[in-house]
Amino acid sequence: MAIKNYEPNMVLATTEYEVVGTRPVRHDGTDKVTGRAQYGADFTSTGLIFGAVLRSPHAHARIRSIDVSKAEAQPGVLAAVTAKDFPRSDASPDEYVQLGELNTRLGYLRDNILASDKTLYKGQPVAAVAAANAHVAHEALALIEVDYEVLPSVLTAPDGMKDDAPILHDHLKTEELGELTDRVSNVAQHFQHVLGNLEEGLAEADVVIEREFDTATVHQGYIEPHNATAFWNKDGKVTIWCSTQGPFEVRDASAASLNLDIADIKLVPMEIGGGFGGKFEPYGAPVAAMLSKKTGHTVKIIMSRAEDLQGTGPTPGSNLRIKMGATRDGKITAAQAHLAFEAGAFPGSPVGAAAMTVFAAYDVPNVVIDGYDVVVNKPKSGAYRAPGATQAAFGVETVIDEIAEKLGHDPIELRLMNAAKEGTRRADGPINPKIGCVEVLEAMRDHPHYNAPLEGPNRGRGVAVGFWINGAGASACTIMVNPDGSLTLSEGSADIGGTRTSVAMQAAEVLGIPVEKINPQVVDTDSVGYTSGTGGSSVTFKAGWTAYEAANDIKRQMIDRASKIWEVEPDTLDLQAGEITSKVDSELRMSFAELAGQLNDTGGPVVGSCSLTPPAIGGAYAGSIVDVEVDPETGKVTVLRFTCVQDAGKAIHPSYVEGQMQGGSVQGIGWGLNEEYFMNEAGGMMNSSLLDYRMPVSLDVPMIDTVIVEVPSATHPYGARGVGEVNIVTPPAAIANGIYRAVNIRMEKLPMNPGAVVEAVWKNGG
Amino acid sequence: MPTVHIPSLMQKLTDGRSTVQVEGATVRQVINNLDEAHPGMKERLVAGHKIKPNISVAVDGVVSAMGMLEKVGEDSEVFFLPAIGGGAA
Repeated sequence: MAIKNYEPNMVLATTEYEVVGTRPVRHDGTDKVTGRAQYGADFTSTGLIFGAVLRSPHAHARIRSIDVSKAEAQPGVLAAVTAKDFPRSDASPDEYVQLGELNTRLGYLRDNILASDKTLYKGQPVAAVAAANAHVAHEALALIEVDYEVLPSVLTAPDGMKDDAPILHDHLKTEELGELTDRVSNVAQHFQHVLGNLEEGLAEADVVIEREFDTATVHQGYIEPHNATAFWNKDGKVTIWCSTQGPFEVRDASAASLNLDIADIKLVPMEIGGGFGGKFEPYGAPVAAMLSKKTGHTVKIIMSRAEDLQGTGPTPGSNLRIKMGATRDGKITAAQAHLAFEAGAFPGSPVGAAAMTVFAAYDVPNVVIDGYDVVVNKPKSGAYRAPGATQAAFGVETVIDEIAEKLGHDPIELRLMNAAKEGTRRADGPINPKIGCVEVLEAMRDHPHYNAPLEGPNRGRGVAVGFWINGAGASACTIMVNPDGSLTLSEGSADIGGTRTSVAMQAAEVLGIPVEKINPQVVDTDSVGYTSGTGGSSVTFKAGWTAYEAANDIKRQMIDRASKIWEVEPDTLDLQAGEITSKVDSELRMSFAELAGQLNDTGGPVVGSCSLTPPAIGGAYAGSIVDVEVDPETGKVTVLRFTCVQDAGKAIHPSYVEGQMQGGSVQGIGWGLNEEYFMNEAGGMMNSSLLDYRMPVSLDVPMIDTVIVEVPSATHPYGARGVGEVNIVTPPAAIANGIYRAVNIRMEKLPMNPGAVVEAVWKNGG
Repeated sequence: MPTVHIPSLMQKLTDGRSTVQVEGATVRQVINNLDEAHPGMKERLVAGHKIKPNISVAVDGVVSAMGMLEKVGEDSEVFFLPAIGGGAA
């Protein structure tokens, strides 16, 4: 092993391109730094009125009646709606609609928009009003009379699984991979993955470690709260303006809940102030649409921060039991996981993804994984950056660290000895394609941070490595050639992390032109083919791929057009570095711009297009190295130094990759040390403001150093892998391992806030 | 002949067997043939003309985006697994 001279931000590039891999200025940068960019709350129009939503004060209650008559009679109020105003209130609970990577039942979708017969979490929408201004609308909510029968609530997965737990859904029976069991239960789903023979693997082991872990509910904490504005035209056509990660998913969910044809709804995506997985659900859009239908006005609904925290989908709390065994020489022989995830009020926790990722960093021959999706009286869980993987990694990476310690191995070397490689089969079935787990671990091992001395009392260094599967989905793109040789690119993916530019760069690379010559636009749902949402670290991968193919379409058409002008065969021509040239006649050459000026006279405009669903996805690995200092008196954990190492496949725009790595790491630090839904016994969130829901600020974290590893994905044209999520997977586990090295305590709960650390120190006799 | 790996919770339909070999050039054909040999399989896996929304299929180690239409080779391995819940970021 040799310590490498890594700079603070390092790209270990394996392939060089002209445009891909450079760092141009983002196309939307000027609008965003000057405040001109239009976010959801910025939308305005003539006749705009405002909606407000009444939310359940109870975590679990039956709705006996709702009376909105007094609110409707209030001066300034124009309309009120409840679930009864929505069509298809009798939809079968078994009817599914797809939202991003999440499938949900129509009945659940509808009840999460406006509750019908029961409320299942505090903050669930119950009714809404529209008024001439937002103040009147909010005041009118107090005039709505709801008669509740308050029911006992249940707030954690282990409690929800008990035989005597309060039941949330009278019809919900546990499903075991397509088979419904007979018993009504809060366990919506149980599944099991089996590989090899667990008992034999455990019998081979010289060391077996088993621990139980609990993680708290945490929120994505995006800057911009949810918002939606809608106008229901007299012709039955609806336009929705909102900031969302899934314009097409929200359009489709709105159509389903309003019983409209999809073609009747146009969703105009506004700029989005962060999402991290939390902006796929429709929430206010169908309510605003229904209020617009009743009033004839355009209706805007904007959530407050408290509404956002209590009424949108956080990532769930979980209960994990992890058991792993290894031989004396460090070979892991067996692994077992019990994963129970809170789904929130409706089924659909990320426990499936947790099971896919939990042991995915390792080549373990004998594995059993049991997953449970458990409904509880909390908001319906949403996605959050590598959903499920962070919870799982907290458990497994703590146990791995303990095995390394018991066996006297360096924690990174033990991981390397057991690292997953190309060809390793995961317990859930898939066989790894080309992956970068080993390369990430080697970069961590060789990093100056890992090899620097760490002196002083109560200080420790922790490491962890993790996996995220990455998503893809359908994507569509068109590129128009303008007469001056510039191009206009239309795509359907909301741009959260600079993807206008990273997508356009892949088209520019094909055509050999500067990316500044391309004007990338995120367009409305009527103007581009279906594009799955900005989630699963998918956009640069899938939309970049479509842009690559659309640019190749243009390349073919431009060569064909030049062949007509020169009266030569197309296969004798080439388009490189922004120039059309002949392979056989050096006199024949014409710039891309020159040819673009002749298109209308040689057959008409050139438009390239592509729509595809990528056939395979390149999963990604990342690791954290963290130095912490623990104050054993107060329990405060200070992060002294942090390095994130991640396989990007090929970093299309390294600055944006580094930004994702730093952002994910900071969110992971917050998840590890501070953030939680602090619930009272009645199921109310007690810290529903950003003053009390403590996310890290710049003073809480050091500069996050990054190392981008490049092990190209075998499928993507430039080898790119999704980069947005895997960086959040390992920080809590690495911090936990650092705390152990600092004060000799194994943390088994998230967050590891001062109270939890002090309690653990006391329990340890300290 | 393709090999279908049967999830542990479905093995009561295959008399406890964890793998079954059935003919089929697509996932649709494999499921139809699987159901003939082991009745009840199709009901567990398919709704209408599609794989159930909470189930994914992996062919030769790769989770398929094509579902029932995915091609299956003579020596392919077919896995059925829970679809990812909770979406993305």
